[in-house]
Amino acid sequence: MIPVLVFVAALALVCGLAGERLGRRTLLVGALAPAAMIAWLLSVDLGPSDEVVSRHTWLPAIGFDIDFRLDGLGALMVALVGGIGVLVFVYAWGDFDHREGLGRFTAHLVMFSGAMFGLVVADNLLLLFVFWELTSITSYLLIGFQDDSAAARAGALQALLVTGVGGLAMLGGIVLVAQAGDTYSLSDLLADPPSTVAAGTGLALVLVGAFTKSAQFPFHFWLPGAMAAPTPVSAYLHSATMVKAGIYLIARFAPVYAALLTWWRPTMVTVGLVTMLVGGWRALAQRDLKLLLAQGTVSQLGFIVILVGVGIPELTFAGMAMILAHAVFKAALFMVAGIVDHQAHTRDIQRLSRLGAVMPMTFAVAAVAAASMAGIPALLGFVSKEAALEGLVHERLWFVAAGVVAGSALTVAYGLRFLWGGFVSTADDGVEDPVGPEVPPPRLGFLTGPALLVLLTIVAGVAPGVVDGAVVDAARSVDAAAGEFHLAAWHGFGAPLGLSALAVALGWLLWRRPLTYLRGLTTRAPDATRVYAAVLTGINRQAARVTSVLQGGSLPVYLGVIMSVTVIAPAVLMTRHWIPIPDLVLAESPVQAVTALVVMAAAIGTVNARRRLAAVLFLGAVGYGVAVLFVIQGAPDLALTQLLIETLVLALFILVLRLLPERFEVVRSRIRHFARLAISIGMGLTAGAFALWAAAGRVHPSLAGEFLARAEPEAGGKNVVNVILTDFRALDTLGEITVLAVVAMGVMALVLARRPGEDVDAPLGDDVTEPSA
Amino acid sequence: MIRRSLILDVLIDLIVRTAFVFSVFLLFAGHNAPGGGFIAGLVFGIALILKYVAGGIDELRAVLTVNPETLLGVGLSLALLTGVAGRIWGESFLESTIVDAELPILGVVKVTSALPFDIGVFIVVVGLTAALVTSLGEKASDR
Repeated sequence: MIPVLVFVAALALVCGLAGERLGRRTLLVGALAPAAMIAWLLSVDLGPSDEVVSRHTWLPAIGFDIDFRLDGLGALMVALVGGIGVLVFVYAWGDFDHREGLGRFTAHLVMFSGAMFGLVVADNLLLLFVFWELTSITSYLLIGFQDDSAAARAGALQALLVTGVGGLAMLGGIVLVAQAGDTYSLSDLLADPPSTVAAGTGLALVLVGAFTKSAQFPFHFWLPGAMAAPTPVSAYLHSATMVKAGIYLIARFAPVYAALLTWWRPTMVTVGLVTMLVGGWRALAQRDLKLLLAQGTVSQLGFIVILVGVGIPELTFAGMAMILAHAVFKAALFMVAGIVDHQAHTRDIQRLSRLGAVMPMTFAVAAVAAASMAGIPALLGFVSKEAALEGLVHERLWFVAAGVVAGSALTVAYGLRFLWGGFVSTADDGVEDPVGPEVPPPRLGFLTGPALLVLLTIVAGVAPGVVDGAVVDAARSVDAAAGEFHLAAWHGFGAPLGLSALAVALGWLLWRRPLTYLRGLTTRAPDATRVYAAVLTGINRQAARVTSVLQGGSLPVYLGVIMSVTVIAPAVLMTRHWIPIPDLVLAESPVQAVTALVVMAAAIGTVNARRRLAAVLFLGAVGYGVAVLFVIQGAPDLALTQLLIETLVLALFILVLRLLPERFEVVRSRIRHFARLAISIGMGLTAGAFALWAAAGRVHPSLAGEFLARAEPEAGGKNVVNVILTDFRALDTLGEITVLAVVAMGVMALVLARRPGEDVDAPLGDDVTEPSA
Repeated sequence: MIRRSLILDVLIDLIVRTAFVFSVFLLFAGHNAPGGGFIAGLVFGIALILKYVAGGIDELRAVLTVNPETLLGVGLSLALLTGVAGRIWGESFLESTIVDAELPILGVVKVTSALPFDIGVFIVVVGLTAALVTSLGEKASDR
């Protein structure tokens, strides 16, 4: 599995670098990434144990190992990520005109596919978390691809924050569960599940992460906001793959934990049902084809959460079928919406007029996909929905079944709205700029992706055997009992078919007579998007308030606080644990004594200087004097460094001094004068005492002898100072130069920054607008 | 335009060139004699400052054709990659190895993997001083 990931990473790099040169063809190059996943999937043999494992120890101390494991569910997900991925890349090739940043876009899309691949084959929970977050980050970049659009930026940020908060909760949950189970390995954990209170809490947190990722109520609002993304992104991330990540995780845990934790099933059913109904209801009110599909996806995800979440074998099996069916028809529908947008330059139902007449092929594809979504017989959507309803009937979960029928009715209704509004109806009265007959039909190649998906829907609907094996393997890998079921094209006349028919009939009615008076009521209900915006604004405001208190902008106050702490903390420590200082030598040689006197005199000169330049020169003298002391002690490296640093600092001071008044300002306030005096004297005394105290407090023998002995034979250097810097303590040096680099960037940013007002980067709060949902 | 002094220009030019060579010497001598990447970087940085003192920001830009940010990035990456190489071919991150290479003219040269690390340190320190001088210098010339 590692070679696939390495290939994907390299391909992302190639796409990013060669994007400007290759133009639109970059997208075809990018298609190699999902194609490689499919090729790999076909080449591996799951074998008798139904799994392929690859394990590498990385950080055993914290249980973070590079463990991969492919089983039935993983294979189903990889097939979706790879299969739909290839189609999406090809589709994007038809959708996109050449534009700036196409290479970057392709690279991000390739990276996303790699992250998604890693997520579904990771067997270590921490590794899974890393891929999980990578999908969030790439999703952010992809949604915000049109970075000149405020809606795209807001939508991207919203998706990132919501899924990011969920991800953080999940990380905490993972740690809790893994500590309780004493392993970070997903398969080991599920084989021997901990059921302590800590493990339960951890799982609840993991579920928060899964719910945010899979857009479950009350976190569902980010998905419609993310529709600012280019259509290929929506077809890939927001229908088939990323939003399934949460469901994937639930499917892993549910068969084991549904029985262990009493709150598990009620939570799944409640969250899933509410999501299903809220999403369906909202979808019915959309004018934008893509937003309609997004709300519909929220609804369908709720449905799948119920199925895989309750941990009942037959429903788990139906859930697997639904994951596949939904990915296939919803990706096709998103692509159709994109084709309409591309050809007609609008997705507004009210403006679109009889598009079915000018693009009959597209209309046909859309009709089949929507019919599959609505659960019309002989299509994959019907097969999987029947399996679900049959399971609900068998288990006598009438309440859930009623909810599912209501949700399905909504699905039928918004499916009809999509088809009718997009392709059949004339533009609404009073719309100024309807589009219709003049719209050019799409190129045939553009339609390949959705057409192939629709073909699969039909074939698998008539002969479910073609996908049955994959679905059964997926179900069996999470729950052995769930692998006993099989898909059937026709379940016979019974309660499930009756429920299906009821849903279709209700949906038809709901579409013909949209309950307008109810809509009036629900629009007044609190909107999750508004809550999100209010929370974000509140946080920003609080942050601004705290910053204005803590960082008032007065340099004397900052220095005063820093130095007071530097004085008080060591002073308290030293008075508590004072170590008797051994006999002190005043001076080892006359030269040392004289140099020390010069340093002291220069120090006194520094604090008494009235002119800034004089103070800086005195300070330089202090530094050079200390360098001389180092030479006397026989430390040439130290002395050289000190000398050079002094010179550099002096030069830089002079650069800065040109911007400052020539003289120091006179402190008129007596209190401030004495405060400064107290801090200065305290600082001097503490520093001196601390040096003596630290030198006298040595407990262990010095490392110097060992370093000297090992420098030449082990590190091949005679200069032990340099050997320490570049070898023995090289990690410290690496840290230090990192700090230097950060400081350099900080100084540049601070010095070259403009004052507020002429500032180009607006405060964060500006992006916190409501996405146009 | 700043007032130029011919003597200062010639003198500084001489010193700066010497300082550049000296810094490279310090960099390579560092493992066995006083010197090393940090010290060499400082010498190089001071030479840059002298260049600025003599000719202002434009003259400095003429010498320093790379962005300070680029230097910082390249230096850090070099040091980091040396460490990663130690992990891949050795036991642990940043582990060093010694190589004896026979070069024409120079004869047998002992090179340790600490050298590329030290060069990384050198480049970061040069980048730091360059960042400080260009930004502070530019701000000062605004006035």
